[in-house]
Amino acid sequence: MEALILQVLNGLDKGSAYALIALGLTLIFGTLGVVNFAHGALFMIGAFCAVTLQRLLSLSREIVDETKTDFLGNPLKVDIPYLYDWFGADAGQSIINWSVPLAILFSIPIMVIVGFAMERGLIKHFYKRPHADQILVTFGLAIVLQEIIKYFYGANPIPTPAPPAFTGSFDFGVLLGFDPFQIVYPYWRLIYFSFAMIIIAGVFAFLQFTTFGMVVRAGMADRETVGMLGINIDKRFTIMFAIAACVAGLAGVMYTPINSPNYHMGMDFLVLSFVVVVVGGMGSLPGAVLAGFLLGILESFASMAQVIAIIPGINQIIIYLVAIIVLLTRPRGLMGRKGVMEE
Amino acid sequence: MSKSNITRRGVIKTGAAAGVAGLATPTIFDGSAWAGSHTGFTNAPQGGTVTLGFNVPQTGPYADEGADELRAYELAVEHLNGGGDGGMIPTFSSKTLEGNGILGKKVEFVTGDTQTKSDAARASAKSMIEKDGAIMITGGSSSGVAVAVQALCQEAGIIFMAGLTHSNDTTGKDRKANGFRHFFNSYMSGAALAPVLANAYGKDRKAYHLTADYNWGYTTEEAVVQATEGMGWETVNAVKTPLTQTDFSSYIAPVLQTDADVLVLNHYGGNMINSLTSAVQFGLRDKVANGKNFEIVVPLYSRLMARGAGANVKGIFGSTNWHWSLPDAGSQAFTKSFGTKYGFPPSQAAHTVYCQTLLYADAVNRAGSFNPCAVAEALEDFEFDGLGNGKTLYRGADHQCFKDVLVVKGKENPTSEFDLLEIVEVTPVSQVTYAPDHPQMGGAEATLGSCNPGA
Amino acid sequence: MLGLNKKDAGLFTIVIVLTMLAPFILNPFPENSELAQFNAGYPDLMQRFVIFGIFAIGFNILFGLTGYLSFGHAAFLGVGSYAAIWMMKLLTLNVIPAIIMGIIFAGLCGGGVGFVARSRSGIYFSILTLAFAQMSYALAYSVLTPITGGETGLQIKATDSPLMSSVPEGEIGRANLFGLEMGSSYELSVGGWLFTFNAGYYIAAVCMLIAFYLSIRLFRSPFGMMLRAVKSNQQRMNYTGLNSKPYTLAAFVISGMYAGLAGGLMVAMDTQVGPERMFWTASGEVVLMAILGGVGTLIGPVLGAGMIKYMENIISKINDNILHQWFAFMPDGIEDFMVFIIHPFIGKGWHLTLGIVFMLVVIFLPGGLVEGGQRIGRLFGRKKRAEAEAESTAKTPAE
Repeated sequence: MEALILQVLNGLDKGSAYALIALGLTLIFGTLGVVNFAHGALFMIGAFCAVTLQRLLSLSREIVDETKTDFLGNPLKVDIPYLYDWFGADAGQSIINWSVPLAILFSIPIMVIVGFAMERGLIKHFYKRPHADQILVTFGLAIVLQEIIKYFYGANPIPTPAPPAFTGSFDFGVLLGFDPFQIVYPYWRLIYFSFAMIIIAGVFAFLQFTTFGMVVRAGMADRETVGMLGINIDKRFTIMFAIAACVAGLAGVMYTPINSPNYHMGMDFLVLSFVVVVVGGMGSLPGAVLAGFLLGILESFASMAQVIAIIPGINQIIIYLVAIIVLLTRPRGLMGRKGVMEE
Repeated sequence: MSKSNITRRGVIKTGAAAGVAGLATPTIFDGSAWAGSHTGFTNAPQGGTVTLGFNVPQTGPYADEGADELRAYELAVEHLNGGGDGGMIPTFSSKTLEGNGILGKKVEFVTGDTQTKSDAARASAKSMIEKDGAIMITGGSSSGVAVAVQALCQEAGIIFMAGLTHSNDTTGKDRKANGFRHFFNSYMSGAALAPVLANAYGKDRKAYHLTADYNWGYTTEEAVVQATEGMGWETVNAVKTPLTQTDFSSYIAPVLQTDADVLVLNHYGGNMINSLTSAVQFGLRDKVANGKNFEIVVPLYSRLMARGAGANVKGIFGSTNWHWSLPDAGSQAFTKSFGTKYGFPPSQAAHTVYCQTLLYADAVNRAGSFNPCAVAEALEDFEFDGLGNGKTLYRGADHQCFKDVLVVKGKENPTSEFDLLEIVEVTPVSQVTYAPDHPQMGGAEATLGSCNPGA
Repeated sequence: MLGLNKKDAGLFTIVIVLTMLAPFILNPFPENSELAQFNAGYPDLMQRFVIFGIFAIGFNILFGLTGYLSFGHAAFLGVGSYAAIWMMKLLTLNVIPAIIMGIIFAGLCGGGVGFVARSRSGIYFSILTLAFAQMSYALAYSVLTPITGGETGLQIKATDSPLMSSVPEGEIGRANLFGLEMGSSYELSVGGWLFTFNAGYYIAAVCMLIAFYLSIRLFRSPFGMMLRAVKSNQQRMNYTGLNSKPYTLAAFVISGMYAGLAGGLMVAMDTQVGPERMFWTASGEVVLMAILGGVGTLIGPVLGAGMIKYMENIISKINDNILHQWFAFMPDGIEDFMVFIIHPFIGKGWHLTLGIVFMLVVIFLPGGLVEGGQRIGRLFGRKKRAEAEAESTAKTPAE
């Protein structure tokens, strides 16, 4: 029982990452009709916004500590961050420790600019081109983006811990009447889940309750008619692309304390997020979110030792197995519309 | 039976030297035709240079380790050619290296990208052999690649000096007569770690293993399980995790509900960083089980990778092949030489490939020939010292180096980003030695086969 | 010729000439020159060119004709490879049974996967094929280790004793064709040049020519027309009372068998299989090859395959030392500057170059490399005509 509750929590947590990426991907599919293979790269850029901010905050001056020696036996050079000088060592350090939450603010303008530049500079020219061309160009872009990151940050993961206030874990078990230490869950993962829910709710509310959202939804349904009504749908689509980039970027920022970011994390998520989107149904935002959580939970259950003991290797293939079963029983995924990306 | 002979550079260089230009000189290679001018092995060096092939991951998750290996190779070539401060050459117990290259021939090198994929690694190694005329291939940072390239070198008649490969299989069930490994292996990690763990955590412990679901994971799990059970530990469970897994929460969380009091993470690289981070996040280190503090163990440490886990490595035991803080003269010389040139200390990957290059060069000098069979003979059962690991034996029966193994612990108060591990114990070689036909090493079936000189 | 029309016969002849003379064409630079780095005429890479050419031709039969985008094609390559290596380990070191077995197994798998996946179209089909391939990869890497060798894959070992080949004790068997070893080469040295004629390459090249010929015939056949009809409007086709499913399934199986042939040949040339061969990036690679070269054209996928493999094997091997040699003639400061500029794009940066090439090709040559070729062709064609005209006008006054 405890084990199941714990795996549901794990599933929700994993699912929120999948759902956020799939949501952005579907926004781009649905509005622009573009297969964006660079979406994983946007997630990765978001994560590296957090790394960059951490580096910026830790900018240091060097002093020489004569009492200690470095690996060559020379006096040790110690870096003192400028923040220490300005705010004192304790306050300075706590600002650095809070770099991941601060990076949320830092990343929004960056992701908007990146999204805007990508859409205006490249994607715009590919609306009318075959999907194959879109795949090639966005895949090329994804490689270029991740190689640029690799050039500056190296290939190894970079630690970006959560603020000390959130490093502990929360004991659910006690709340529910179980023994202590049976069902604990890290604070940061709970925050990640809540954050994902807020973003998802925000995107839905934006599309549902604003005039802008209404026009975009109309454009998703029938772009030509909306264009003929004299509405500049292209401009709105550009904004939607920037929003989708932001969603991916924020998902990346918040993900950094869970897994140390590296330059290929986007590619690791790319295939998975496509599977999620398709299982949810092409072009369906609720479908994407639903499929994200569904796959997250099933993946968690499949990784339990008891399950692996019955079906060896199930943890390796569960996602793909579910995808096959869903697509064979529901031709257009869980909530897909007819005719989207079927030709 | 006709065999291929691929001495492209060599042929042309002699051809040019002899002034045979503009003439078509078709030749069918079958070995005998070359008996006179050629010593009868693949890529016999001609002229005043010899080419080594450095095949390391330059793209993909291990690109940084590959880059560090490449730095060490360049340093080794510089030292072999008489440049720089000579690094470990003066401390090396064998004194045949005089800074005049190998057998008087200047050392040149070519590089390639393994991408940490066996196909790509073989493609790259083949191009070095076929196109660049490399006489020896070395490098790699995974066991899959090492086994694949080792098999290729055996076929082609080239010596393979393995880089970072820790699986038992490389010199166990997949051992080859043309392949040599300086790095330690899973068995040694288990044998070295178990006593230290028993000492630190007691003999009455229940261990839960998370194991990367591929060959290296299997051999490491087996080695650690056997060694710790020999100390009286009990193994509660061993769960396999997919290599492509990035979030380990669903594997870590169930540990809470078992009565285990130690978690062993048989993971490497990105897997290790992510699983360790998850384990710490889930509060495992604050947990008290069976009246004891819950502990985490990482059998194979890599300093480069430990950096990615940040503060999470503090106080966690593991084993490593070499660490720059070792006090012996060889290690000091190497760290100084490397650190002066590049500005940071070398990793264990850099150390092992540097040693491999020197060992190869020295073996050629002692054998007096580049012939792979002669070199293999010179390396087999060769005893040496001064390369940072104390007295070392290159065992002839399986081409594995036997040397002391370091047990390390994540440092509590690192003074710099390089100072992450502290040495807890240097486990003497006698404790990690095993029989060549040990069951973990493929048993009696494992065989080197016969040495292949190619052509 | 051979049931081909004039244009196709011309193309086929060109391809035959190019593949047969590849050892010359791919080695344009003398061995000792600085540019020898760019030579691709060594056996391994030439073999890879034609093998991946076959793979891409097969993929193009499915994608180019029917428009069905399979994102799991590498699985068939992997299955073909595993079948082939087991054939060599157990039965005989002769490559022919191994290759045939590779084709059969890949065809069977293609039939199975195709039967399930063909019920969906568009991206749903892509994801289904991707799911099958990823499952094969994950299982081959882990649980199926006893059959696939797991991470380390399968090689021929000294302990293997195939039923029909006699291998001396302690020696490792080598792949051969009735005694002719795949690795044996004939070298021709002309001046500073060295050309290698490798048995394995020519065997693979002949396979590719057969595969290419069959694909031309298939493109021009009524069956091919039918597949194109599937691509242009499947619904209309169904309304006319034709059931398109058997056609797409057949195309899928044929395409899978091409992949199996490629897989079998890979093992024949280099006796080793690893599971990464089935990873989604490998499937993605063949998609990129087809698009890069030109989807739906006959020769495009082969060009795309050649381009990607060339970059993977040649660009990745250039290192800073080589750069310094190239620019050694320049003054020190400029030399370092040039090395600094080019450094990010070579060696470990070859992925970056690849990504940039993808983007440039697709932005400026929407039809892939083939369109680039056509444009150049037209340019020259026009020039020739213009020259001819100019000549004739120039001559007129003299008369």
